This record gives sequence, C-alpha cells and structure tokens, in this order.
Amino acid sequence: MYGNDHSSDAPLNAAEAGGVDEAMAHVDRRDSVDSGDEQERFDALLAADQRIEPRDWMPDDYRKTLVRQIAQHAHSEIIGMQPEGNWITRAPSLRRKAILMAKSQDEAGHGLYLYSAAETLGTSRGEMLDLLHAGKQKYSSIFNYPTLTWADVGAIGWLVDGAAIMNQVPLCRCSYGPYARAMIRVCKEESFHQRQGFEILWNLARGTDAQREMAQDAANRWWWPSLMMFGPPDTGEAAQGTHTELSMAWGIKRFSNDDLRQKFVDMTVPQAQKLGLDLPDDDLAWDDERGHWNFGEIDWDEFWQVVKGDGPCNAQRLEHRRTAHSEGAWVREAANAYAAKQSQRAESAA
Amino acid sequence: MNATARYCLGLGDDALVLAHRLGEWLSRAPQIEEDMALGNIGLDLLGQARTLLTHAGELSGGRSEDDLAYLRDEREFRCVHLVQLPRGDFGDTVARQLVFSTYQLALYSRLVESTDPVISALASKAVKEVTYHRDHAVQWTLRLGDGTAESHRRMQASLDAVWPYADELFTDDDVSVAVAADGVGVLPSSLRGECEQVWADVLTRATLELPEPRSHARGGRDGRHSEHLGYLLAEMQHIARSHPGATW
Amino acid sequence: MNAGEWPLWEVFVRGKRGLNHTHAGSLHAPDATMALRNARDVYTRRGEGVSIWVVPASSITASSPDERDSFFDPAADKVYRHPTFYDVPEDVEYL
Repeated sequence: MYGNDHSSDAPLNAAEAGGVDEAMAHVDRRDSVDSGDEQERFDALLAADQRIEPRDWMPDDYRKTLVRQIAQHAHSEIIGMQPEGNWITRAPSLRRKAILMAKSQDEAGHGLYLYSAAETLGTSRGEMLDLLHAGKQKYSSIFNYPTLTWADVGAIGWLVDGAAIMNQVPLCRCSYGPYARAMIRVCKEESFHQRQGFEILWNLARGTDAQREMAQDAANRWWWPSLMMFGPPDTGEAAQGTHTELSMAWGIKRFSNDDLRQKFVDMTVPQAQKLGLDLPDDDLAWDDERGHWNFGEIDWDEFWQVVKGDGPCNAQRLEHRRTAHSEGAWVREAANAYAAKQSQRAESAA
Repeated sequence: MNATARYCLGLGDDALVLAHRLGEWLSRAPQIEEDMALGNIGLDLLGQARTLLTHAGELSGGRSEDDLAYLRDEREFRCVHLVQLPRGDFGDTVARQLVFSTYQLALYSRLVESTDPVISALASKAVKEVTYHRDHAVQWTLRLGDGTAESHRRMQASLDAVWPYADELFTDDDVSVAVAADGVGVLPSSLRGECEQVWADVLTRATLELPEPRSHARGGRDGRHSEHLGYLLAEMQHIARSHPGATW
Repeated sequence: MNAGEWPLWEVFVRGKRGLNHTHAGSLHAPDATMALRNARDVYTRRGEGVSIWVVPASSITASSPDERDSFFDPAADKVYRHPTFYDVPEDVEYL
C-alpha cells in the first residue's frame, strides 16, 4: 500500500512468516470436548487447544492473569502513541506525516480492541484506566525511552514493532478467544508498521552522511531496550520464577522469553546487515553449532530500573496520559448528559 | 504562478495547516475513540492537501508537494487565519471544525463541477469525507452545547473565540474571482448563505447563541498571517530544512 | 459507572454485500449515533465494511456456554461476566 523499494518478498517479521494464518486456520475446528465438571471441562478445552470464551467457567487466577495481561497490553498501545506521536508535527515529508498519523491511529485502535477483549472478562475501560493512572497496571517499558531524532521513529518501527510482533504472533493462538481474535487483527496491522520503520531507516542509511549517522545513532540507542522487551531470562540469576510456567499451562504464553528473544535476534541481525547499520554489541556472532546468533549480556539492572519507574520518560508518559484523561472529563460528562436528556425527551414524546 | 495554481495552494494550505493542528490531538483526546475520529479527519485533510499541493506544483514549474510544504516561507502560504489557530481544548477544536467543515462541504459540493479535472475528481472524493467531518462537528456541538452547564459555557466561549475567523472564508480576492470566471473555482462569497444557514440551525438546536464578532481576521490569502503560523511552520519544516536535498 | 464513563456497545460489520454481519468487537460511546460513527472509525478504517450495526452490550442476551439441558436459561443471562470487583496484585510485570 505504501510501497517500498528495498526488497524482496522475504518476510520481514513474524507476522509475515505465517504465524497469523496458522492461528486463523485453527479457528474453524469444531468444538468436540465432552462436558464434565467445570474445572475438568476447562482443562479439557485447554488440552485440546480449544478456545475459552467469555461465558465459560474459568479459574479465578486464569481470569485475573488475563485481565492484567490484556489490560497492560492495551495500555502499552495507548502509551505507545506518545513517543512516535511526538514526531507527527515534525515529519520531514507529507508522505511520512500521513503514515505516522495513520500508525498512531492504528495504535489507538489496537488499544481499543484490547480493552474490548479485557472487558469481556468483567472489568471496565474506566477501571483499567484508573489502575493505569494510579500506576497499578503497567505498560511495556520500552515506551519509557525518549524519541530524540526522526530516525528514532524508524528504529521504533523496525525494532520495537518487530519485537512486539514476535511476542504477539503466538498470542494469536492464546487460549482465550477474545484475546486471540484481537491479536489476529493487531498482528495484521502491525506488520505494516514494521515495514514502514524499516523503510525509514533504509532511506536514511542510503541518504546523506548526517542521515546515516542519525540512523546509526538511533539503532545504537534502541537495540538493547528492544531485546529487553521480551522480559527477564527464564533461567539463571536474573530469572523471575513461576509466572511463565503457569501462563504456559493456561495457553496464555506459548514460548519462553529467551526463545522469543533469540528468534528476534536471528530475524533482525540480517536486516541490520542489509541496512548497513551496526548493532551495539561486540559479542554478536553467528554460532554455526547452535544455528543461532550469539549475543552479549543484557544489562538487567537497567531493565529493572526502568520497569520500576526510574527510566527517562516514565513520569512524563503517565502524566501526559493522566492530563489527557482529566482534561477530557468535561467532554465525556457532557456527552452522557446529552444522551440522558435525549432519552428523556424520547420517553416524554412517546 | 497562474491563478489555478494559486487557488489550489490556498485550498491546499488550509487543509495542510489544519491537518497539522489535528495531528496534535493524537494521544491527547478525551477518549480513545476521539483520538481515532480526529486522526481520521486529519488524515483526510492531509490527503486533500497533498493532491492540491501536487497539482499546484505541477502547474507552476514542477515543484513537488514537499517543496511547497517544507520550503516556502511564511509569507508564501495562502491559508486563512482560521486554520492557524492553536488546537486549544476540545471545544475550541469542535468549534473550528464546525466552521471549517461546513465551509468545505459547501465548497467541494460546488467544485465537483470544476472544469479542472484534478480539482473536480478531488472534490468528488472530498465531499464524502467532509460530509463526515461536518457531521462529527455537528454531533459534538450538540453534545457540548446541550450537555452540562460547564460544557455549554465552554462551547459558547469557543464559538465566540472562533467566529471572528469565519468571515475570511467568504472573502473574494483576485485569485478566486479569476478561477470562478474560468469555471475552475468557486467564488467564496457564494458559499456564505448556505454556511450561515447550517450554523444558525445547529447552534439553535445546541442551545447556543450565534456570536456577533466585532473584529474579523483577514489577509491570509495574501500571506499576511496570524502570529501562530510562524511557530507552526518552524516546527513543521525544521527537520526537512535542516537536511537540504535529502529524501526521507 | 461515574458521570464520565460511556456505555459499552458491541459492533457488527457486514464486510461485503451478500455476507452476514459478524461481530467485530466493542467500543464505548455515549449514545447510538456516536457509537455508529466510532464503529466506522475503529472497525472499517481499511475499507472493511458496507454496513455496521451497534448494539448496547447490555441489550444482548446470551445462551449458556454449554449447550446442555439448561440451554434456555430462564434468567436470560448477560453476555459478559460481571463478577464482584477483585484485587489486582501490584507486583511488577512486563509483556
């Protein structure tokens, strides 16, 4: 739709490598699970890789975990509008301006799909936003980093969206129906986003010296945070414990953090080579035996620091969000007041 | 530059500057659904701007849409003052859209008959878009005007602030007179009646008063702008101008 | 629901003439008029629809999940669960 001249039909990201289609094919299979008691039925559905739907019985913890995960995913989309949204007014061409506006709009849309999915579990948009504003529900920590140059917009599309897609494609086969369906929609749209980011950097890398430096500088700053998007390692000192196992048993999480991170690195390093950009990791090296790219140690101290609130933009992102919400209160109330008046008028007229 | 090119530049600059202002709303709207609606309107306007600037560029020696958007200085822009006003609060934005989208719908409905095929084709597409934009503004004017006491007060204030900028939309100048004579364009003054009727109707239904401004903005089509435009262009053009000759 | 919260609406879209309306998702809007317009913005941005229905979520009646003997529940159940409010743990998580 937007066109690009850098390549090939080679898949750029996990969504284009078939995962989404596979998930969609799954949807057509018939529900052939026998009834038993509620927990048994739930377990049987999971074992048969069938979907749990809103009115099904589900364990309380399953529901709570999903609400939290889906809500935080939705919050990430909404907060994610800010770092790139910063550049809409400064986009250096009208085409880029349009694409960036469309992307930001898509992100709002993704937030909406996800809030909808979470609401099927019995929470409400208002409750979730209150928790976000109070700091009790989180969003992806990657958005606590600042976008300092135009090239950052490209880097976010290429690296951050690329990592997000890697996380999201498996979710298209998540056990909870509304979440899986929302993710199928999201993944299809997100694939374009990553292509646009890559295209921005492609043009910069082949542009003036200043543009090339801008692109390299952005890659230098966004590489490691992107790797951190997959979360702490599954084993070793920095590992975090049992959440992963339970989530996997419930069909909410399909692959481990380390597996996804490795897949991302394997997919992205050749893309960096194609772009002619270095990645800021001296330990990055192809390992023939393993059949994967080896990479260096992630600074988990930085990761926890940022997650816990001490990143460059945490306060700013949340404040921006809270302000938009509170400044809009009078508008939301007015709309409700009008709706109430209209109902009353309709009733008296009837 | 010939009259048709200048005319397209005026309409295109209006759309471009307003699209820019609407873009500022993303991540700041009162509800996520409104981020989407305002984003949608902004994108439509940006699309109109691109078509119009491209056409103006082709008619005037082969400059591109980006050359025109990013390399012209303040005095070369031909937009009206209305679109330059800061985004303001949601009421301010709705008030401005009510004025501008009503005008655009009246304008494009007539431009469908333009003898210039590019303008005519654009108008056919734009009519559908701005029908929706105007409807959005009307729906919100009703809700804010006839919502709570606070929203009523604020919406009235927004209308009072924006009304002095409406008159300029209906001011005929050399360019518009020339293109209207050719059948390429539409005389701005011919749009006033329809627009005033729409506004009077909507404001009445919204329990709002029609403002009676004591001053009127003027001069935008001649490059005599409000002080807002300079800042807007500084932000909009900065990156492009910092890298002369670069492509993005 | 506080003064500022908008009710939930379910959205059904007919993608093409000849097809059924299918459920696309939900959104919040203050009334039906705005719900229809929001649905167009959210669910048909890429030209995915020729017809949209919006229905207040509260108006939808759903069958029991298991098509067993009590298929027609006399209590006419709602489509979504509305459990009592629960505590959200505050420990740090990431996606």
